[in-house]
Amino acid sequence: MEKQQSVVFDIERCKGCELCTAVCPVDIISMSEEINSHGYHYAEVKEQKKCISCGMCATMCPDVVIEVYKEE
Amino acid sequence: MKKVAGYPDSLTDKQFHYCPGCTHGIIHRLVAEVIDELDLKEKTIGVAPVGCSVLAYEYFDVDMHEASHGRAPAVATGIKRVHPDKFVFTYQGDGDLASIGTAEIVHAANRGELISTVFVNNAIYGMTGGQMAPTSLEGQRTTTSPFGRDVKEAGFPIKMSEMLTELDGSAYIARVSVHDPKHIRKAKKAIKKSFEIQLEGKGFSLVEVLSTCPTNWGMKPLDAIEWLKNNMIKTYPLGDLKTPEGVE
Repeated sequence: MEKQQSVVFDIERCKGCELCTAVCPVDIISMSEEINSHGYHYAEVKEQKKCISCGMCATMCPDVVIEVYKEE
Repeated sequence: MKKVAGYPDSLTDKQFHYCPGCTHGIIHRLVAEVIDELDLKEKTIGVAPVGCSVLAYEYFDVDMHEASHGRAPAVATGIKRVHPDKFVFTYQGDGDLASIGTAEIVHAANRGELISTVFVNNAIYGMTGGQMAPTSLEGQRTTTSPFGRDVKEAGFPIKMSEMLTELDGSAYIARVSVHDPKHIRKAKKAIKKSFEIQLEGKGFSLVEVLSTCPTNWGMKPLDAIEWLKNNMIKTYPLGDLKTPEGVE
């Protein structure tokens, strides 16, 4: 099974610190309107196509929320 | 699609209890990634400290031991001497390593114990509620220095890494930061080098990682990252402070 998304967020682990939003070079990470079960607005990417799979967000994330995939 | 970043094998599934934006989580991930890359998972014994990272044993999926406050290097010494074939590391904060545990770290380094230490310096006591630490910066406001740290009264920010470089037993001492992806990659490299130095039997190694404490600094996580970059690095300059001969 191939993943269609380039970047996947485990939203239940996200604490909404926003560190990932500041390092994204294409500026596609935003905070959700909804909250997760811990009450945090989680990070999300709405325009997956714009993701360049650089992995900066995953490098910066303190809660290991983000998985990044790259086309081979 | 190829996975380029994800969850390291050497971390358990448990969610970190750290505050939002606390960089302990980044440093945990880096240590776990290095353990994975060096294929050390089955031979690693870690020693957890007292402080915010007291529950580190819940997060690393390796054998872990808890030490009383500041005594992680002494416990690690015992473990390493009984099991010289194992890889032993300690994970300590600044209240643990630079205050109550100063004697233990200095003597472990001086004896050249074959252990690796990850020293997380966030310039404050986190778990107990933001009191001034020996590492707090000059003029830094904390709950016990509400008008800023007065160096005439409380002394100067203690530079543990520089102190330890003077000891003949220490092999590798470095200071890194985790305020942006570039520095995080450098930090991982330093942690890897420190672990390799233990595996090669070269001596004691320590990596000091400058870290944030948004909650007790009273800042938003992104502002805390800026504060680290603009203030802490001036007092605690980054780089390899001591490297053994023949190691790049």
